[in-house]
Amino acid sequence: MVAIGEGAVGPRSPRRHRASPERSGLRRVPPVIWVFLGLGAAMEAFWVAWPALNTFYYSFTRWDGIGKKVWVGAGNYRGLLHDPVFGKALVDNCIWVVGFGGLSLLFGLFFALALDRPRRGVGLYRALIYLPLAFSLVVTGLFWQTFYMPGGPLDTVLGAIGLKGLEQQWLAQPHLVLYCVLVAAVWHEVGYIMVLYLAGLKAADPELAQASEVDGATAMQRVVFVLLPQLREVNLIVLAIVVIDSLRTFDIVWVMTGGGPNNASQLLSIDMYMEAFSDLQLGYASAIAVVIFLLTVGFVMFLVSRMVKGAR
Amino acid sequence: MPRERQSSGARRVRFHLLMAPICLIWCAPLVFTVIVSFRSFTDIIEHGIGAAPHSFTTGAYSTALNGDGTGGEGRALLNSTIITVPTVVALLLLSSMAAFALSRYRVPGRRAIVAVMLTGNLLPPQVVLVPVVRMVQSLGIFNHLIAPILVQTGFGMGFYTFVLYGFMRSLPEALTDAAHVDGASPVSIYWRIVLPLVRPALAGLAALAATWTFSDFIFAITTLQSSSTFPVTVFLFNFETLNITSWNVIAAAAVLAALPTAAIFLVFQRQMISGLLLGSVK
Repeated sequence: MVAIGEGAVGPRSPRRHRASPERSGLRRVPPVIWVFLGLGAAMEAFWVAWPALNTFYYSFTRWDGIGKKVWVGAGNYRGLLHDPVFGKALVDNCIWVVGFGGLSLLFGLFFALALDRPRRGVGLYRALIYLPLAFSLVVTGLFWQTFYMPGGPLDTVLGAIGLKGLEQQWLAQPHLVLYCVLVAAVWHEVGYIMVLYLAGLKAADPELAQASEVDGATAMQRVVFVLLPQLREVNLIVLAIVVIDSLRTFDIVWVMTGGGPNNASQLLSIDMYMEAFSDLQLGYASAIAVVIFLLTVGFVMFLVSRMVKGAR
Repeated sequence: MPRERQSSGARRVRFHLLMAPICLIWCAPLVFTVIVSFRSFTDIIEHGIGAAPHSFTTGAYSTALNGDGTGGEGRALLNSTIITVPTVVALLLLSSMAAFALSRYRVPGRRAIVAVMLTGNLLPPQVVLVPVVRMVQSLGIFNHLIAPILVQTGFGMGFYTFVLYGFMRSLPEALTDAAHVDGASPVSIYWRIVLPLVRPALAGLAALAATWTFSDFIFAITTLQSSSTFPVTVFLFNFETLNITSWNVIAAAAVLAALPTAAIFLVFQRQMISGLLLGSVK
């Protein structure tokens, strides 16, 4: 899943049956409890907080990883403004956020609505839809590469249904490759989104849906006017998840295309990785990492503010 | 769309007529890869990779497992397991201990600590990658399996602590208070009372953690270097470039790599889904 943290947590709503620490039976802290907390906190501080701070520091330097770091101030960030590869990565990543996020959301919602009511076969269908979640993104990439092979299954199917003209080297076409990988990534994500929407639907008021049905609402009207408004909170969480996943997407693109051909499927994370580990521009790569971080935080804060507004 | 209520039978037929083909198409990439993996090399050369199979052989699987001079996928699957098991144990143990401390004791600044943990798990791995690789090198564990174990334990800590913290806060105070009054030590309250109560959450998180750790690519490819240490994800990536002409072998390698996590998923489906929900909408 989006490897680690694929299931990044959505922000939680603070309300609901949560005893405030003041009136609950919280106790003074015995020494052993400091050890309990300290072990985990130390791991987090050592492997997350400290490196993250260092990335910020590196982003203001020029450094090949061997020699000395040279302080360049905002030089790396100025460089990004004129870097066509970074520009391409930024544009592609925006396309990715919209396409990957939008399709995951739509398909996830569709499957959740279709498979909401318990009936024969629903369990099997659901399991098939979220089966891709069980595969790593590397494996998912290979499945889809097989599918897209020149003369492969996709081409054969197209030929068989009379669309032979569409056959092509899917992953070698600069104008198509990003979308081909995007479809594979959506395939992997939809199950997760469906699970979230199914939980949201479970919490929705069944009487409202029934009442609207009695009143003669069509299925479409029921979804748009009765169910979606009740899913507001889930929508925001789903949005947060797909955007966070969009910004950290790496494995599947790296495996399927390596960002190519000729930067045609360049994303921020790919650009960052190549600057750091192929070109050894550690300072410059760190600046890209900071951009990824700021975009993530910015978007999450935007969604949290929407959520807080909605709760009022 | 007809407004009148249809008989439930007609509805059922329509439902299956819609969903069965969709699910079939949904599984196409997986099914085709499995088919290719059981075909012989000559069959693929003669009839094309998209053709119906004219052969059935498990040869591609043994080639992938034993490798041709690259170490073999068997070794890679073992490495993945060696990385995954300690990571999952360490993650759940350390995060449940931290969550216990934060949820049951008046730790100064615990809100700030929880907030930092939450931020930590929103962080894309790219943000820590360069310094983490430097740290791994200076600790002298570069290209040792302990490196991805430590890195993934650290990187996952925020998520699991945060989720378990939420879960433990919802446990009734009376339970632990009574134990305190009876003179139970904090360690025994944690081990005998709280852990058993959060077992459902732990099961879900364990299934998730196992899948995610097994699936990790970016930390493994940056902290490991030689084919003897590569977990299966990195192995696959290299294997693909080395065997680009015999796609049946690559397909077989991909299917083999998918099996362990697919097995976890099939056995612990319920727990995994509850784990996913714990992490987001609880």
